[in-house]
Amino acid sequence: MAKITYIEFDGTEHVVDVKSGLSVMEGAVKNNIPGIDADCGGACACATCHVYVDEAWRDKTGSMSAMEESMLDFAENVETNSRLSCQIKVSDELDGLVVRMPESQH
Amino acid sequence: MGETAGHVVILGAGHAGGTAAALLRQYGYTGHITLIGEEPIPPYQRPPLSKAWLKGEANADDLTLKPVEFYAESKIDFRPNLKGVQIDRKDKRVTLSDGSVILYDTLILATGARPIALPLPGADLEGVLFLRTAADAEALKAQVGPGKRLAVVGGGYIGLEVAASGRALGAEVVVLERENRLLARVACEALSEFFKGYHESKGVQFELGCSVTGFVGENGHITGVLLESGRIVPCDAAVVGVGVRPNDEIAREAGLSVGRGVLVDLDARTSDPDIYAIGDVTERPMPHYGDRMFRPESVPSALEQAKQAAAAICARPRPAPEVPWNWSDQYDLKLQIAGLPFDADDLLIRGDPATGKFAVFHLKGDVVQSVESINSPPEFMMGKQLIASKKPVSREKLADPTISMKEVAA
Ligand SMILES: Cc1cc2nc3c(=O)[nH]c(=O)nc-3n(C[C@H](O)[C@H](O)[C@H](O)COP(=O)(O)OP(=O)(O)OC[C@H]3O[C@@H](n4cnc5c(N)ncnc54)[C@H](O)[C@@H]3O)c2cc1C
Ligand code: FES
Repeated sequence: MAKITYIEFDGTEHVVDVKSGLSVMEGAVKNNIPGIDADCGGACACATCHVYVDEAWRDKTGSMSAMEESMLDFAENVETNSRLSCQIKVSDELDGLVVRMPESQH
Repeated sequence: MGETAGHVVILGAGHAGGTAAALLRQYGYTGHITLIGEEPIPPYQRPPLSKAWLKGEANADDLTLKPVEFYAESKIDFRPNLKGVQIDRKDKRVTLSDGSVILYDTLILATGARPIALPLPGADLEGVLFLRTAADAEALKAQVGPGKRLAVVGGGYIGLEVAASGRALGAEVVVLERENRLLARVACEALSEFFKGYHESKGVQFELGCSVTGFVGENGHITGVLLESGRIVPCDAAVVGVGVRPNDEIAREAGLSVGRGVLVDLDARTSDPDIYAIGDVTERPMPHYGDRMFRPESVPSALEQAKQAAAAICARPRPAPEVPWNWSDQYDLKLQIAGLPFDADDLLIRGDPATGKFAVFHLKGDVVQSVESINSPPEFMMGKQLIASKKPVSREKLADPTISMKEVAA
């Protein structure tokens, strides 16, 4: 279980408990938090689950697969701390994680 | 918020209907929401049923859109095991399968589609299966495993995914297809050839250009698929995947405009301003392709229409049109398709199919209409942007995989 803070583009914060084993994307979708579309449901095929990971959490969220890196390379508004949230698995380690949403996923 | 409290009734608790209910709350809708679904479980995702779930890499919880508590917590009256049977548009009410009647201010039809059945002898044998619902998927999963022989009738995406998952589980798989190539309705020949070769290398057998005329069995259970030639392809189970038909009868009977599905506009509105329709049941505009209407049968389209309807109901601005897209996972292949090959006059292959990494671009003049990419995210992502912008590209550059997609699009 991890407490995760999702911050919408307009600054609205949502703090929820997410079960270990789910992805950061699922944590948002299952709690009906706006800002993450996740068209492909986590298949790493759509890049509509784009988030910015707060600096302090960059290491703990792990490294990217070639597929994720390649998808993000072509997504819009990408920053050095961009990730596809469906590719970050939640664990106790991520308790306190903060992610921010881009203005749009499409 | 431009909306006043009212009652939105959603018929069909699938991917589209479940998403629309959740979005209405996200957008601040404060009226009543009733979500009526024929299936016994809350809305879930179907794509994994032929992919990760079938292979045992995802569990049932992973498939649900929202946990079951979500509906009560969000004041969405979710009513499973219930069907809408008749719409009375004059009095704005729907008769349900339990005989009760429900009144609506706004109705959303999200009844999806159902597999086309083959009215052939033996089709009612045990082991002749379809794949649309979680229950169908459970039945299929029980039939695939080491040493089991699975016949897949229909070489479309779902059939091929089932074949790949079947192989992963150790089953012997044969795909029977009426056309002379796989994916005949949905993909170009280069892709058909590629998938055939790849599946063969994984041990799948193909019978193309063959007509299935029935199923044979013993003690009520299937033992083989009968072909027109008289030959019997032996199997322990057969899964029929020859396409779907929209559940649009209820709309037709209510006098709504229906073509190849319930006709809607870019607000997902039907010919009745108080009735919306979303997802597989609709035939919808494709704004990137002029006045084209199409029935995409895909999750991204269902989600886009759920947004359109929820936005219209909550008087929010209409969302910007999205480029249609889709994906498929088979073995270690990720297929991503953007756009539709409407009006394309040429196709161009970027990369070498033999490497398992390539993309097929469909062009109208120098403008990309659609792209089918295998293990090539840059081609998919950039292709999608080029489809939206209609920006002409240099064919020479596009055909040269050593030139990056960023440069091609620059
Ligand atoms: C095995 C499989 C794999 C797929 N893979 C992909 C993929 O990789 N990518 C992709 O984009 N798409 C894929 N699809 C298609 C995708 O699942 C559909 O496009 C999507 O489910 C459409 O959502 P929907 O809500 O319109 O329809 P559905 O999800 O079918 O939901 C409709 C619901 O309405 C119910 N219903 C019907 N009539 C009534 C009534 N009168 N009253 C009440 N309820 C009713 C039905 O029982 C059903 O639960 C796949 C589909 C299947 C079956
Ligand atoms: S949900 Fe599609 S890439 Fe993350």
